Amino acid sequence: MNKAAAVQISYFPGCSLATTAKENNQSLIEVCKYMGYRLAELKDWNCCGSSSAHGIKPELGFNLACRNLSLAPEGIPLLVACPSCILHLKQAQSRLKRDEAATKDYERCWGRPVDLNLKILHFFELMDGIDCLPNTTLNGLKFAPYYGCMLARPPELRHEKNYHGLMEKLLSCYGASSIRWSYSSRCCGTFLSAAKPEVAGPMVNRIVQNAVDSGAECIVTACAMCHLNIEIRCTLKRVVPIFHFSELLSIAFKTGTNKDWFARHLIDPAPLLKSKGLTV
Amino acid sequence: METESSDKERDHAGLKGGFCEEIVRRSGDDFRRCYQCQSCGSGCPVSEAMKYRPNGVIRLVQLGFGREALESPDIWLCMGCNTCSTECPMAIDIAAVMSALRETAIEEGVRIAEPGILNFHQEVLNSIERYGRTHKLEIMMRHKLRQLDLFSDIDIGLKLLSRRKLDLRPSKILNISEVQKLFSGSTGEIT
Ligand code: SF4
Ligand code: SF4
Repeated sequence: MNKAAAVQISYFPGCSLATTAKENNQSLIEVCKYMGYRLAELKDWNCCGSSSAHGIKPELGFNLACRNLSLAPEGIPLLVACPSCILHLKQAQSRLKRDEAATKDYERCWGRPVDLNLKILHFFELMDGIDCLPNTTLNGLKFAPYYGCMLARPPELRHEKNYHGLMEKLLSCYGASSIRWSYSSRCCGTFLSAAKPEVAGPMVNRIVQNAVDSGAECIVTACAMCHLNIEIRCTLKRVVPIFHFSELLSIAFKTGTNKDWFARHLIDPAPLLKSKGLTV
Repeated sequence: METESSDKERDHAGLKGGFCEEIVRRSGDDFRRCYQCQSCGSGCPVSEAMKYRPNGVIRLVQLGFGREALESPDIWLCMGCNTCSTECPMAIDIAAVMSALRETAIEEGVRIAEPGILNFHQEVLNSIERYGRTHKLEIMMRHKLRQLDLFSDIDIGLKLLSRRKLDLRPSKILNISEVQKLFSGSTGEIT
């Protein structure tokens, strides 16, 4: 693991991490810091457009994403914490690469040249290359790896690297054990959780039920929206806690700080952590 | 499904030219290559709640049944999760087709099958226009108010507040005029 000189990275948290998912944000920043990355939040970033702009006004969604791209300092990779924001930003960049008129409009609008080579990174890409020195820190914690729709991409991005299996690989290396289940890539319901709970509720219940039936002690996600939707919409009697990937990594890496973010979970993970001897 | 009507009748009245061609143009993807393998419908996490399922919606558009497609609940239930396009053997950007249909439905003023979902999206856009970011508490309160549904989810709201997951005050970007100019440049009024 690179603990030498800090590498500078720009950071786009997105609206969820800045508000509802502060536990996700804090643990992610902590893990990055531990790995030797210094994150500089993108100055004055705006909402990437979310499903709403991209869903009913795609052109507005594109322009909102472009403003963020225009704020990124040249030559410094941009880490995007939210799986949905990153798709919007990458899709905007991909369109700028092939659409000259859009590039001209962009430059006229933002008064700076487009950095078409800007590296837009997902958290998984940072984690992919790390040297894992196996240990047993996670004490056999049985987890259901939950990707939701975060690894599904529109066709224009389909040639990018796929990170299925990354959470299993890394967390197993630190002594957790992944279970096999059927809902690993099932979407959590995204905005329907707010806009149409009667449809999103059963979707979430099915996911959690399958995790419980498959013997998982917890669900691990890398998406703040999945995390929130499961916590607020699950109505099952027997539930398991849901962790953000970076929360468990911070335990695995023994980053050592006070992890008070666990108190922010709606499904209390404290009893499980305690029973597994995972003091935080 | 009526198959005897002429192309002209089938095409949605408000659209010039072929309905299918218009949606192909807007979505930027020529989904006429879809051969109805139904992989998308089988994998779509909301297809149970849909009327036609994604493959059915594509078929409607291919055949020019504009009104049926635009007035379907399916286009609003679609979450843009891309599960379908990951499965699609023809690499069709189905989520983009659904976006093009929603945009067209709003412009054409057809009956919106899921007004609550449209209202939610509009509240999100209002929030972005006002602050440059989304302010979840305000979005939910306005959305619930509009739905005349003040009391469902109050327990969830309180839980979120007690865990400091909902900020009372919005986070506003400094250069809000830059974002607002994007809204004034976009077509159609958000109310
Ligand atoms: S998966 Fe693709 S080809 Fe198959 S029905 Fe759906 S859109 Fe058509
Ligand atoms: S993008 Fe829409 S149609 Fe496709 S699988 Fe997701 S919800 Fe279903």
